Amino acid sequence: MKKYSPPKNINKSQTVKEMNWFDKLAHPGQFLKWSKYLILPLSLITIALFGIGLWFAFFNSPEDYQMGDTVRIMYIHVPNAWLSQFVYMAMAVSAIGTLVWRHPMADVSMKVAAPLGAAFTALALFTGSLWGRPTWGTYWEWDGRMTATLILLFMYLGLVALWRSFDDQLRAAKLIAVLTLVGAINIPIIKFSVDWWNTLHQPSIISAEGLSMPASIYTPLLVMMLAFTFLFVTLHLVGMRTEILKRKADALIRKSVSQTGNKGVGK
Amino acid sequence: MDFNSAIDLGPHATFIIISYLGVALVSFGLILGTILNSKHQKKRLADLEAKGIRRKSDK
Repeated sequence: MKKYSPPKNINKSQTVKEMNWFDKLAHPGQFLKWSKYLILPLSLITIALFGIGLWFAFFNSPEDYQMGDTVRIMYIHVPNAWLSQFVYMAMAVSAIGTLVWRHPMADVSMKVAAPLGAAFTALALFTGSLWGRPTWGTYWEWDGRMTATLILLFMYLGLVALWRSFDDQLRAAKLIAVLTLVGAINIPIIKFSVDWWNTLHQPSIISAEGLSMPASIYTPLLVMMLAFTFLFVTLHLVGMRTEILKRKADALIRKSVSQTGNKGVGK
Repeated sequence: MDFNSAIDLGPHATFIIISYLGVALVSFGLILGTILNSKHQKKRLADLEAKGIRRKSDK
């Protein structure tokens, strides 16, 4: 296999002053420097949004005229379902970054997003199932949306397993980027499955005709969607920083082992 | 604010509570895992540095 070579725009000989603004943003060393200032504000915004969202969800929103109180499950189900697709699209964009620009930060983004996406997808299925039992009379139905979402969960888990099965993460990134892009076909299938096929699942709440729910229910839903999205952004950012540090430590250990033969270093 | 009506989650309260507990458990698990992993990698790098193993650019 052809050996990985870093793209020109992050050449080691290039000094920080010579970099353009994008390189400064995306260079791993520079990323570690500027991203540390975002962690606290993002964490505080996330906590505040969850506080407001949960207050609306339990203390300031009515029962639904059909669903009753089970509508409150929607305030955690819809955000997780949204993130299950949003995270995959973020991975697909990162996959393009890996394949087209061969940028190591795109690899890092893809790798860190996969387990987060798997967790959000599992939660979407879990909460959807618990909502379905009292509303539809069943925990599960093999319809288009639910089956495609289950396939999405398996895809996430497969990608996580692939990342773990490769010692050389740079080689893994190329293969996983191709698979991620192929798997992206599942996202429009999930999105439009409720329109294409006869299904138990209700259609999208946001359409060309506007919102199909009153503001008293839409408000907590929107705030909780923002809260979960900020949670993902925060965890993704911290996870990317951690992955950079891990690769740095791994590289130092490899270098030390090759120089001294000491295999106990850094264990 | 009507706390009484908010606490009464109707006949399907169990489904609602289990949903929220499950989401809270997994979310806290993700947060805890992210924090612990970050601390672990920082400690690895600090240990390597203590042993004098570092990149030329870090010296």
